[in-house]
Amino acid sequence: MTLANAAHEGFQHNLVIDRDLQIKLYRRMVELRQFEKRAYDLFLQGLVKGTSHLSLGQEAISAAFGEAMQQGDWTFATYRGHAHTLSRGVPMAPVMAELMGRADGLMAGKGGSMHLTSVEHGMMGSYAIVGAHLPIAIGAAFSSKYRNSHQVAVCFFGDGTTNIGAFHEALNLAAIWKLPVVFVCENNLYMEYTSIYDVTAVEHPAADRASAYGLERLIVDGNDPDAVYSMAIDRLSRARNGEGPSLIEALTYRQTGHSRADPGKYRPDEEVARWLEKDPITTYRARLVVNGASGALLDQIDGEVMAEVDRATEQAKASGPPPVELVMKDVWSDGGSGWRN
Amino acid sequence: MAQLSYREAVGAAIAQEMRRDESVVFLGEDVAAAGGVFKATSGLLEEFGPRRVLDTPISEQAILGTVMGAAMTGLRPIAEIMYSDFFAVCWDLVANQMAKTRYMTNGQVSLPLVIRTGNGGGLRFGAQHSQSIENWAMAVPGLKVVMPSTPEDLIGLFAASVRDNDPVLFLESKSLYASKDEIPEGEIVHRLGEAKIKRVGSDATIVTIGAMVPRALEAAELLSSGQGIDCEVIDIRSLVPLDAKAILESVAKTSRLFTVEENPRLCGWGAEVASIVADEIFYDLDGPIVRITTPHIPLPAAAELEDETIPSVAKIVDVIKGRMG
Ligand SMILES: Cc1ncc(C[n+]2csc(CCOP(=O)(O)OP(=O)(O)O)c2C)c(N)n1
Ligand SMILES: [Mg+2]
Repeated sequence: MTLANAAHEGFQHNLVIDRDLQIKLYRRMVELRQFEKRAYDLFLQGLVKGTSHLSLGQEAISAAFGEAMQQGDWTFATYRGHAHTLSRGVPMAPVMAELMGRADGLMAGKGGSMHLTSVEHGMMGSYAIVGAHLPIAIGAAFSSKYRNSHQVAVCFFGDGTTNIGAFHEALNLAAIWKLPVVFVCENNLYMEYTSIYDVTAVEHPAADRASAYGLERLIVDGNDPDAVYSMAIDRLSRARNGEGPSLIEALTYRQTGHSRADPGKYRPDEEVARWLEKDPITTYRARLVVNGASGALLDQIDGEVMAEVDRATEQAKASGPPPVELVMKDVWSDGGSGWRN
Repeated sequence: MAQLSYREAVGAAIAQEMRRDESVVFLGEDVAAAGGVFKATSGLLEEFGPRRVLDTPISEQAILGTVMGAAMTGLRPIAEIMYSDFFAVCWDLVANQMAKTRYMTNGQVSLPLVIRTGNGGGLRFGAQHSQSIENWAMAVPGLKVVMPSTPEDLIGLFAASVRDNDPVLFLESKSLYASKDEIPEGEIVHRLGEAKIKRVGSDATIVTIGAMVPRALEAAELLSSGQGIDCEVIDIRSLVPLDAKAILESVAKTSRLFTVEENPRLCGWGAEVASIVADEIFYDLDGPIVRITTPHIPLPAAAELEDETIPSVAKIVDVIKGRMG
């Protein structure tokens, strides 16, 4: 057992995170990592087309929230949403198949990497227009409050998103209506290619704006799953208990470029090296070992995850292209696309 | 039968649906305590309370995001966007999010929501408070576009829109708010995609919608009494879905087609109607299809200037007389 104690502000947690949960968090992070590395390989092989945005280095945030959230809670994510989707328990194979544009894809190939959605898992969508999903998440939170269903909406977005109007509109409305929503800014230091510090009036793009909406200033080490988990449990339960929204800034780093077309050359070597040392998986593994977890167990997990990724890859490859009939389906709730008689 | 104004019909329509269905909520700027800038929603807060009728900040994206997220999770929300011109500050939610989510998710997400808005000119409000945005809306696959022309249609089509499981843009003609009509007793529910023949005629078909309907009807009477030209007037009532059948049947009978459109000319809805008719019953036509529209300009404010732009009764009469000769 260990007491999470990573550097963070605005929250003194004393949550005891037990070994089983830590092992779960470790496994989840390895799954996210290996899944995305495989997706990248498949891209190089020409099997994954279009664009996609990896969260390598940011896994602790989605893994921890995935564990902390309850069934019935809602996730709203961005185009960088593979990890958030898998963290809600969506199986790997349909996600991989969606990236490959196959019939067995999560949305049968109609959405693609940037729009992963699985309503049955509470994964309410991945949104590719910066900022759009913050207002949508508050709508789900409004519905929870209206129906008194105690569901919480969790909305993940990047540092760059704090400079678009929808961010501010959503925070204000969530605050005045005390909606059960947790906003999580994954501050990975960059928008696409531009440093967030070069384009933002404050040092902490999310946390320094919180007071404008009467919210607490919350910063957490986004590479420490224990710290994120503790913060998540606290903020989710406040939301569930009617105490209104939270805005969390999780400090992290995108280890690769913005999207697969981007080698990320604008980032100083020294900065990349410093953050690789803070890799959430290697540091967490070291912590678990120091605290007495067996290296053999962790190795075994690594092996199991690789096998799972292999299986998902084979399943996705075995699926054919989506039937072309899908093109004209599901514009409307009657299942079709007709607009005239 | 009761007399009701188009303005009063808005409140009556919302109330009819809120009484019936607890999942219906209504939100927008100044809509609750103040009863709306057009006073179309007075009384709703008193009847349904602040849990179901909510004043919002001036945050069009947050308003539309709220109704979208609420619709995804079990409610049937209604939003007001005060003036349709303001869609320009929240069009992402409409065009990128609401319109596409069902399709992108392979049918996982339903969005039973209505956005009602004051549309069109006639009130001398100038270029940013008078636009007819029906052709913006029609250009985006995934949106239903409804425009009532009478108080009864407003209630009936609004009920159909609330009960529909897709996002509906409900465009109320601001210049009609003061107009009055008889309303039948009891619940009023119409169907989307059903045109109404407002005047039967044999010489030409006028297809129109919204605030242009009463003008077209008046023009038809003048053309009949003055020129002996007997026009059939069709109120199409919803642009998406479109009752193309009603238009084709009428034009097949009269052999001439005029559209009367409040929207600016380029890509106005009448261009699509003209294309359908030209494509499918070209040989039934006895003359060119003629579109009567607002010119392709921003709208001016002064009365004399605005009246020069939006199709007037006199303009409709002139054009039809000239082209039927
Ligand atoms: C409204 C809008 N503007 C610009 C873009 C192009 N774009 C896509 S991702 C991105 C950067 C977003 O940065 P951030 O919010 O920090 O998220 P991150 O990609 O770092 O996760 C930009 C500018 C967009 N998709 N939507
Ligand atoms: Mg970023």
